Amino acid sequence: MSYDVKDLLSRRNEIMKKSVGIDYDDFELDGIGFDYDKMMNASGYTLDDVRAIQRRSMVGNTPLIELENLTRYARKFAKPGFGARIFLKDEAANLSGSFKARRAAISIHKAKELGYKGVVAATSGNYGAAIAALAAKAGLKCIIVQECFDSNNVAQPEILEKARACEAYGAEVLQLSVGPELFYTFLNVLDETGYFNASLYSPYGIMGIETLGYEIVDEMRQKINKDPDVVICTNAGGGNLTGTARGVRKAGADKTLIYGASVDLHGLHMASDKDFNRKSFTTGHTGFGMPFATNPDRSDVPRSAARPMRYMDKYFTVNQGSVFFITEALAVLEGLERGPAGNTSLAVAFKVAQTMCEDETIVVQETEYTGAGKHHQPQLSFAKKNGITIRFGNPETEKPGTDIVFPASANDIVVKDVDLDRIRKSYLKRFKDYNLTEDDRLFLMEELRVMDKDKLDALLRQVN
Amino acid sequence: MLVDKGKYVRVRKHILSPDQRADNVPEDTKKVPLKMWIKGRLTAEAELFEEAEVITATGRRVKGMLKEVEPKHKHSFGEYVEEIQQMREIILSEVWGDDK
Repeated sequence: MSYDVKDLLSRRNEIMKKSVGIDYDDFELDGIGFDYDKMMNASGYTLDDVRAIQRRSMVGNTPLIELENLTRYARKFAKPGFGARIFLKDEAANLSGSFKARRAAISIHKAKELGYKGVVAATSGNYGAAIAALAAKAGLKCIIVQECFDSNNVAQPEILEKARACEAYGAEVLQLSVGPELFYTFLNVLDETGYFNASLYSPYGIMGIETLGYEIVDEMRQKINKDPDVVICTNAGGGNLTGTARGVRKAGADKTLIYGASVDLHGLHMASDKDFNRKSFTTGHTGFGMPFATNPDRSDVPRSAARPMRYMDKYFTVNQGSVFFITEALAVLEGLERGPAGNTSLAVAFKVAQTMCEDETIVVQETEYTGAGKHHQPQLSFAKKNGITIRFGNPETEKPGTDIVFPASANDIVVKDVDLDRIRKSYLKRFKDYNLTEDDRLFLMEELRVMDKDKLDALLRQVN
Repeated sequence: MLVDKGKYVRVRKHILSPDQRADNVPEDTKKVPLKMWIKGRLTAEAELFEEAEVITATGRRVKGMLKEVEPKHKHSFGEYVEEIQQMREIILSEVWGDDK
């Protein structure tokens, strides 16, 4: 072993405090809660500050476009008068090719402001390239810690592409085999280097996305003179949805509904060495979406700023094959080669739009760049090599890790509406033996968007 | 094979042996070591597949087994996938009919 795990974990809070520049104790309340608003406002940055920081780095102000052909396609399968107009925010146009640049811009700005020499981020996703690109521009050193290989030294192609991108921006990429002990290595690197922890879950990582929600409302008002009816976000760690929803509200769009969407990877264990290369999505899936919704503070900071249950109106899942199908449709119908993981919410929007009226609108709030390794062809090619069966059929019969089922028609795409009370109950399970105070209850009501006390009590009773 | 000092290489090392793995990892993961890969320039001449030290992009010194010299990116756009071609044809025909 190259470091002492016990020693690292015993100094965890001290390492965190030093590396994030935030003393999370400042926000703790008596009992189980903490002051979320106080934490989000502590940076002192206004939305305008965030916009100005992003603009200097070619981040934000991405095009919002109407997907007319996809809307037409969806209406083919809707009842007369139904089929909402589908819009898409082309976040691939950001520096480094995804909305993650919005989060990275603020973290990097803060790191520079606080005088750190470098930054570290634990991510196997687009966030790595975003941090690396913005660190390069800020003249900061950068280390990205990735979970990349299984024990047979086989790497997920999508993660290899992200490693390549990080290296292209001059970052050091530390790659690991499967396992949650990545966190130990991450702590060790922070401890060794004294660099800034550019966590996806710090307030900076979330406030950077508020501009995305704000821009959507602003542009929709300019385009169609009203607020969007629905904004739909691909959901993994919860930051994308949280930041977008906060931005939508800050723009004054109080009635816009916020939906989450994740790829259904039920049955695959995220920390399993064998399952690691049997999934064709490395993010945007239920393997992150569910645990982070039920326990946001499982992240790499003491209190996560990503708290999706505070904002989510509905949460849908969709199978891998349907997301690949819609990724192909986006390319051949709209001329946009993007994703695939970022297209999860588009696949759900395609179906949800059919249940909405023709004069309503649904905005898909992100795209991501595609390329070698990431594109659906290398992903499907990799799946076949790993013994996954690829077939057409009923998407509901897809068994993640065994097969990928494409719909034989766009009409066959199926989305599942997740029971949010089920997530609320999972969240509440860990408090079942607590003697909850009145303040604790108020905190839980905010955390879970439970509007009245009787409803909370009913949920708690069901858990007990 | 002896590799020159200063060459850009990839090293690999075991960070945790199976018995040192965290309690909460699944059984299959617990049976295997946690490994790490990193790239950098060799600080001294070294034998391939023997212990070596590199200086990384941020200037850290890291030791591991020398696995690869001048490592290349091997990911690609993959093999032809017939089902993608079929999806493309389905989508175009459902939207444009026989016009296209």
